[in-house]
Amino acid sequence: MKTLFFAWRFLWSRPLGAALNLLLLSLGLASITFLLLVSHQLSQAFERDLAGIDVVVGAKGSPMQLILAGVFHLDVPPGNVSLQAVKALETHPMVASVVPISLGDNFQGFRIVGTSPEYLTLYQANLKQGRIWAAPLQVVLGATAAQKLGLGLGAQFAGSHGLGAGGHAHGDSRYTVTGILAPTGSVLDRLILTDSASVWQVHEDATALDDEDRQVMQDEREVTMALIRYKTPMAAMTFPRYINTQTKMQAAAPALEITRLLAMLGIGTEVLRAFAGVLLLTAGLSVFIGLWNAVRERRADLALLRMLGAPPSKVAALLLSEALWLGLLAAVLGLLGGQGFAALIGVMLQLDNSLLIGGMAWPLSLWVVPCLALGISMAAALLPTLGAYRISVLELLQSR
Amino acid sequence: MIRSSNLSYQYPNGPALSFPDVDVAQGAVVLLRGPSGCGKSTWLALIAGLMPPSSGDLTVAEQPLSALRTPAADAWRAQAIGFLPQKLHLSAALSVQQNLAMAQWAAGQPEDLARIKEALSALGVAELAQRKPSQLSGGQAQRVALARAVLLKPRVILADEPTASLDDDAAAEAVALLLSTARRQGATLVIATHDARVAAGLALTDENICKIDLKASKDVLGQL
Repeated sequence: MKTLFFAWRFLWSRPLGAALNLLLLSLGLASITFLLLVSHQLSQAFERDLAGIDVVVGAKGSPMQLILAGVFHLDVPPGNVSLQAVKALETHPMVASVVPISLGDNFQGFRIVGTSPEYLTLYQANLKQGRIWAAPLQVVLGATAAQKLGLGLGAQFAGSHGLGAGGHAHGDSRYTVTGILAPTGSVLDRLILTDSASVWQVHEDATALDDEDRQVMQDEREVTMALIRYKTPMAAMTFPRYINTQTKMQAAAPALEITRLLAMLGIGTEVLRAFAGVLLLTAGLSVFIGLWNAVRERRADLALLRMLGAPPSKVAALLLSEALWLGLLAAVLGLLGGQGFAALIGVMLQLDNSLLIGGMAWPLSLWVVPCLALGISMAAALLPTLGAYRISVLELLQSR
Repeated sequence: MIRSSNLSYQYPNGPALSFPDVDVAQGAVVLLRGPSGCGKSTWLALIAGLMPPSSGDLTVAEQPLSALRTPAADAWRAQAIGFLPQKLHLSAALSVQQNLAMAQWAAGQPEDLARIKEALSALGVAELAQRKPSQLSGGQAQRVALARAVLLKPRVILADEPTASLDDDAAAEAVALLLSTARRQGATLVIATHDARVAAGLALTDENICKIDLKASKDVLGQL
């Protein structure tokens, strides 16, 4: 304990050098922490939100856009598809379930999703309060949406056109909250769920010129996409090809698109990782130079310790403990810094209700950070420690 | 207390130094004199057990040192030898009390604040315990360094050029302080110096002075 105490005092006897070394190490470790956190949270969020969806069928266009819009609710959908065509899929021999998704409106930035109760089953969501919708214009709020909007059971609101806040309000069609979901940790938490019929009703009320026009609209009803689960994994071989070639729709496999997305993100991650690596290398060199100078400046002081009876290993331990302190402090600051940065990014991204990234998550992979911190500081201390170990007391006697 | 015969040390690729035979009694004062390069540092290092002699016999505080090696030599030195360096080497990062506590740590002793206070009090600097070395005058710093040297009640006190860069009054005070401290502890005092004022100061006392004069020829030219 005393060794650690004296090492602490010696470390901070050069406050500027120690603080700069600490800053460099902490920045590198914070970058690593941030990368580990974000990649962990992204992959967890993707896995959670996929919820066993085998394929998404929607309008032709970018398959990744379809997945991002329909599964993760991060993008706008490429278009709508005919309700009739989607209903026809329910009888397809390879299809186990079809969950329709209708997008188009939001309330204060939270997407209003027209769907069927099976959507809740897909995510194994449970009601915390109230009941599921029983008629059009009744909604169930996801946990985060309910909390952030401050809406309770019985509350009423009018949706706005578009998927982001600020669109034209459908003032004549007011939704009523009938239920609030318990947190699922999935995309459902950020959604306002209602029956598909609600979406049709709101838009038909808003745009139908007369009864005849309304009838035409009812006959040509659309949904944005359908989330489909297969009866058998073998369907993955043939079903998408059938959709893509035999219908006016496209089929996109979430697993494939996520792999593509992660590969694209991976390039950015690698660049950040390389940057963090350079920072850590610089920090390691800086710690080495700092300790090397410390040994050089304190040669006589360290020799005096030997004269006072300290064995070489004890003098070396003093130097090593200085590096240990640096490593420990940098690990703590790096972890906190990375968590803080992730939290900040999370807050910024959640302003438009997108990704579930945040601080204060502690995946096991974060063990890398203290290990790196101690590894780098110990490696940087190796030569200076050896120098301290070999200090000759004769230098003290000869330092006239 | 300090006995040597046919003592010599051969530096690797360096000069061979030979030293006079000595037999110094417990509580005596040894004045080690000689110009730079004559081997004073080497003789101090040998009797502090920092390195074994190349040849000859050397016994300090009843401990034969010819075959003593680290870590046994370190443990013995911690108990038997107190050292006052020319540059005092009080750590600027630590308070006076912590500087003394570090001496206990270096010697493998548990921290003993009562003993630290006692050592500082004996040298009249107890009230400076919480100050940093930078807040001490030269004389105060030397008293603190001496308190550190005698903290573990060593049987031999080595003082290396204790009067260098001191004015006459301060030098006389330093010598008097060393003598009184060694006498109080019953320790043998070895003063390595080329300062003539030390010899003059010692001559005025009734101490049993043992003079060892080394010459730059690095041969045995000592005189007891």
